[in-house]
Amino acid sequence: MARRNWITNTRAPFLAARVFVFLLVLCLSSVRGWTQQNDQQQQMRGLDEQVQEIKSDILNISQELSRLEEKLLYPSGTQVAIFIALAKGDQMRLDAVRLQIDGQLVAHHIYSAKELEALRKGGVQRIYVGNVATGDHQLEVLVDAKAEGGSDFTRTERFTVRKEVKPKLVGLTLAGSGNTPIALGEW
Amino acid sequence: MQPARRLIALGLALALAASPVSGSDLRDLFFGEALFHALQGQYFDALQRLDTEVALHRGLDQPELDTLHYHIKNAEFSVGDFELNYRMHHRAGRAIKAVLEGAVDEAVRNEAAFRLARIHFQKGQLDDALHALARINGVVPHEIADDIEFLRANVYMATGRAGDAVKVLEQLRSDQSLTGFVAYNLGIAMLQDNRPQQSIEQLDKAGQLSTADAAGVAIRDKSNLVLGTILFESGSFERAKQSLDRVHLEGPFSNQALLRAGWAEASAKKYDRALVPWTMLADREPTDVAVQEAVLAVPHAYASLNLHGRAAITYGRALELFTHQIEKVDASLMSIREGRFLKALIREESRQDSGWVISLRTLPDAPETYYLMELMASHDFQTALQNYLDLEELRSKLNTWQTSLDAFDEIVKIRGQHFEPLLPDVDAQFRELDARIRLRLEQRKHLARRLQLILTAPRPEYLATAEETMAAERIALIEKQLGESDSLEAQSFRQRAARLRGMLTWQQETEYHERLTAAHVHLNELNAQVNTLTKEYDSFVRARQAASHSYVGYDVQIAGLRERVNNARPRVDDLMARQGHMIETVAINQLEARRKRLLVQQTEARYGVADSYDRAARAQSDEPGEGGR
Repeated sequence: MARRNWITNTRAPFLAARVFVFLLVLCLSSVRGWTQQNDQQQQMRGLDEQVQEIKSDILNISQELSRLEEKLLYPSGTQVAIFIALAKGDQMRLDAVRLQIDGQLVAHHIYSAKELEALRKGGVQRIYVGNVATGDHQLEVLVDAKAEGGSDFTRTERFTVRKEVKPKLVGLTLAGSGNTPIALGEW
Repeated sequence: MQPARRLIALGLALALAASPVSGSDLRDLFFGEALFHALQGQYFDALQRLDTEVALHRGLDQPELDTLHYHIKNAEFSVGDFELNYRMHHRAGRAIKAVLEGAVDEAVRNEAAFRLARIHFQKGQLDDALHALARINGVVPHEIADDIEFLRANVYMATGRAGDAVKVLEQLRSDQSLTGFVAYNLGIAMLQDNRPQQSIEQLDKAGQLSTADAAGVAIRDKSNLVLGTILFESGSFERAKQSLDRVHLEGPFSNQALLRAGWAEASAKKYDRALVPWTMLADREPTDVAVQEAVLAVPHAYASLNLHGRAAITYGRALELFTHQIEKVDASLMSIREGRFLKALIREESRQDSGWVISLRTLPDAPETYYLMELMASHDFQTALQNYLDLEELRSKLNTWQTSLDAFDEIVKIRGQHFEPLLPDVDAQFRELDARIRLRLEQRKHLARRLQLILTAPRPEYLATAEETMAAERIALIEKQLGESDSLEAQSFRQRAARLRGMLTWQQETEYHERLTAAHVHLNELNAQVNTLTKEYDSFVRARQAASHSYVGYDVQIAGLRERVNNARPRVDDLMARQGHMIETVAINQLEARRKRLLVQQTEARYGVADSYDRAARAQSDEPGEGGR
């Protein structure tokens, strides 16, 4: 290859001996390197398996902890959870959502680019979990966003939500276009 | 993982992305929430939620009434995908196997088999992957038909059955998302199948596909790079250069393409043309291998053009660069040995965006991160790093949970202190109220029973007013007082009493229907009252139960969880230390290898400087009018 001729060498015999020694050293170091690399890979595999095992254990702890948390902090009799989704195919740039229940600010979320992308791809964000008494409650939703054309817009909608004995799940579907910028769905 | 395998995996990942578990028409909010986390790369949270939901769904008596029912197939598949993405290869596939072994229709079973095959492939279990693919028969969902064949071809390629892979890929007419990958893989499969000419033609096609998305451009660049390399190796320098010139100048393969384009020109002895890509490359990020080669290649080209003066200057620059880079590598090595590397990797602010590796390199006073991009090229390093970051995340979660458990303990204690003194009084009052409520309810039941009886056997006296009842009782008393007396006066009174009784009977008989209707109306009104009372009663019972449930029975669960968290923490710490050590070892090995290479390059540059000055001086003495250029 052309690169072999990079440096013009006038002391060829001396260099040939050096190259031989270099190659020998290289061969020996390659064998040693290969063995070292193989050991390293074995160790990595072993570690990887242990990491998987602890991940599994911690996932189980997390699931139980989440159930405990729900039971302790948001019992089904008073639990209300509010979810945010974007209308299918909507391209508005959601900046922030604020929620008030019975006049009290309960959530104010500012969206990162990753969160917005996840919402656009069909993800649903649980923006708020809390407790309310059974009966009717006023939910006020304020949305700050940029429309597809780049113009800022702010929308506020008020809904009456009825909490019954079972947990209340409220889904809010937001859209930058159309007649219903904030649609309420109840589960 | 070999580069080719990595590219195949990328293709598969894209195939997945092309058919995501869509959130459109979503019927289950919790499934949507799991997707929300997964789509942000938060697979732990996604798994934690979805796995719980799927388990709850399976435990239901009537799962068809649960909203997850509409997505259960996708949810089970997604659990497998999330596990795989969270690098839990051992667990991945468990949920999908459950689908495969369940009573599901053919299309679902085939999709499950495909997903299982994909998991086996990614785990490197190629025989299992082939076995899973062999289970696919009959109806195949249209949207995954191409993905199945693409996967089959990839498994064939990975198992050395290049000829079979070619047959499959040649038949595959996929959608836009896979076109570039299919074209590239077909070229590679042909090369593996010893069909170099066909491979070159195929890679040439793959390198000219029109595409706009980043993945498509990357695979097209990769095709051109590989094609350029093959052509270069076969001595077709001009064609090699044409192919390499097609590689996007800003893409991930551009440095290698520029380097090889230069070599293609240099091999054809066109050193002046070789200088164009090499000079461009030499100005790029100096930690890149290709850039470092270019820095040495530029003076070589000048020397070959007999521009020894220019060669001496550029060798000088190269010498300076290599000296500086060796210093940087030394600084990186020292910083890593001092343990600063691991700290840099887990900086939270550095991992907020996808380009965190690049951002880290530009941090001032952070020599440990100068060569991070280079290290990331090693699969071993990537695996070790990902595990380390996962462990760091777990460690942080365990610490948070420890605090949460302490808080839960306190909540339970405060609630107990609040409710325990109150509840005995509340219970006593409730018992009294409960007895009264039960009595009233019993009375209402009795009335309802009576009215029901009246419907079949009319009893007007049952509908007597209170006055009538009292009057009837007084009449009865008068009659009793009159006794058996047969006096005229008594007879007169008896007749008057009988008349009065007759009046009462007349009234009750004639007003019977109205009274019956009114009685039903009143009973219904009472029902409304009873319903309200029952609701309040139930509400009280629930509130009373909630009061107990808010603090009773948590001790064992919290203690159990605390023990598990406490047990997990040292395990995570130990694994982090070992994993960290592994990362440092891999990093140090890589950097030492790089250092050796830089030393060789430095020596070459040093020799080049001397040789070029020597030649320039000789040229000057041979041709007195012409100085070294």
